[in-house]
Amino acid sequence: MIARVAALPVWLRENSRNPNALVYMGLVAVTLLFPTVVQFANPEQSITLINTAADAGVFVLMAIGLNVVVGFAGLLDLGYAAFFAIGAYTYAMLASGQLALTPAHHAVHLPFWLLLFVAVLVAATAGAILGAPTLRLRGDYLAIVTLGFGEIVPRLFRNLSSWTGGVNAISAIDTPSLPLWIDGPWDGGAPFQVVHDLKFTTFQPVAYYVLMALLIFVCIVLVTNLQRSRLGRAWMAIREDEVAASAMGINTRNVKLLAFSIGAAFSGFAGCYFGAKLSSVSPENFSFLVSVTVLLMVTLGGMGNIPGVIVGALVIYFVQYKILGDLPHWTTAIGSGIGLPARTVTSLSDLATNLNFVVFGLILVVTMLLRPQGLVPSRVRQEELTKGVHDEAVADVRGLA
Amino acid sequence: MSADGLILRLQNVTRRFGGLTAVDNVSFGVRRGEVFALIGPNGAGKTTLFNGITGLIPPTSGVVEFDGVDVTGLKPHRVASMGIARTFQNIRLFDFMSALDNVKVGQHCRMRAQLWDAILKTPLERREERTVEDRAMELLRFVGIERQAHNYARNLPYGQQRRLEIARALASEPRLLLLDEPAAGFTPQEKVELMALVDKICSQGTTVFLIEHDMKLVMGISRRIVVLDHGEKIAEGTPEEVRGNRRVIEAYLGKGA
Repeated sequence: MIARVAALPVWLRENSRNPNALVYMGLVAVTLLFPTVVQFANPEQSITLINTAADAGVFVLMAIGLNVVVGFAGLLDLGYAAFFAIGAYTYAMLASGQLALTPAHHAVHLPFWLLLFVAVLVAATAGAILGAPTLRLRGDYLAIVTLGFGEIVPRLFRNLSSWTGGVNAISAIDTPSLPLWIDGPWDGGAPFQVVHDLKFTTFQPVAYYVLMALLIFVCIVLVTNLQRSRLGRAWMAIREDEVAASAMGINTRNVKLLAFSIGAAFSGFAGCYFGAKLSSVSPENFSFLVSVTVLLMVTLGGMGNIPGVIVGALVIYFVQYKILGDLPHWTTAIGSGIGLPARTVTSLSDLATNLNFVVFGLILVVTMLLRPQGLVPSRVRQEELTKGVHDEAVADVRGLA
Repeated sequence: MSADGLILRLQNVTRRFGGLTAVDNVSFGVRRGEVFALIGPNGAGKTTLFNGITGLIPPTSGVVEFDGVDVTGLKPHRVASMGIARTFQNIRLFDFMSALDNVKVGQHCRMRAQLWDAILKTPLERREERTVEDRAMELLRFVGIERQAHNYARNLPYGQQRRLEIARALASEPRLLLLDEPAAGFTPQEKVELMALVDKICSQGTTVFLIEHDMKLVMGISRRIVVLDHGEKIAEGTPEEVRGNRRVIEAYLGKGA
């Protein structure tokens, strides 16, 4: 441990030109400083800002997960939000009064920390079940099937209203509480507190922020381990040349299934957190738009590169919720600033609201034109753009597809 | 282990594509420890036969027996883990992976680390990764391209790509190595070097079964030869026997030659 700390300056010097290391350093610094800086710089909005940052983390988690599927294994998944929904509903059903209203007639209130793992398992299983029959498909066909799945799942949750409450959503979901061993009964019964009044409430989002930062940290470590393992290499090999990979002894079906399942697991993780934080889960939260947004984050950030997709997720989230959200605001300010009549200003700001997605689309198009390899690209992706890749499945060669 | 010393036995192997019979009722055997060659004019069905053995395109009928075990129609990855490795006629490396990683992928089916080991970087996984890395470097050295270890496979010169494919195939510790036209596009000098490499592989106990066009090369390194023409086996024997065979001369040079 001491040796590792002592090696830090050396590591910093060696990596001072490595974009990935720089991005990680930047992310760590921003994550640590953000809550404090925000409280000083913008006290009246700090709660909202920290809340938003914690919400952005949900997308970071999903981008990391989808990157395993799309970036590492090269499988196009357009229904990723389905696993997000499955994770969120797993938590919602098992940590609220909802089950009392269903044919089960008995409310279940399991702790958040346990359900994090349950949600991961449920989502991973769902991923395996969906993947098993569909992963013999490839490219466009796989995309269509996953797209269908992404549409079916939220609809299922809406129409199974006797269980899920349907369009009425499940609300009053339990918020996480600190584990027993942290707010234990010592110190004369007073809860042990590192940060003053650290609780999971909407009015004090720091706890959520910290939790999210920890979750993301753990996920980055796990996925980096995966990428550098036998499995990570197998994914890359399959992406490069599936026929050669199978001839080298890689069980392509199982390895692809694992990628799909692991990707789903991260989405379930994010979903569980999402349900707990929002304290309400409705089928509307998991539209196709969510799947597309996460895919965008992966592509725009730098497919196959973990720090890249994190940056992609943060940038897109920022654009969507800050720039697009403030657009009508700015239009009004500029309009009245240059002395336009009040009615024109109002209609201009309405126009800005309506054109939200046009602006969003424009930003995306311009970014991809200027930087097709992504914001923080992987080395591979950068090289690939200069040359095509094999895209031929074992099944195609065998004439079975 | 089969008693007759055959590592690979093909019995009445046939592969049809619709109305076309690419491989027609072919039977022969490869002996353990030899360098065995399959020759024939273009379109004779040589690569189809390789695909049939390795499970990429299973035979329509017939039996492929490896070391006394029926491997007909097994999935490619099962065949590979049983001990048959191959290279491809048109090089199929993992272009955007380093030479070293290519060879590491070859060792995939000999590795034991499971998902949890990979996720949590257990001591077992770390140890295995180290041995895999050492072994991969050793193989690159064996085929003579260790200096390219960290270059992308696609950036290697043509001849070295062929060598890398051999190294990748050897990484799966095969008992039988199938080489599909390993010398295609080589200069005479490179061919000599390749012959030396094949000899070296064979002397380490791996049986080599190769497809080759260059008659001189084939005659130089293989002890026995099978000749295919239009999917049929037309001759089998030592290089001398095959060279004098009437049907072989006809297949290569046409009737009346």
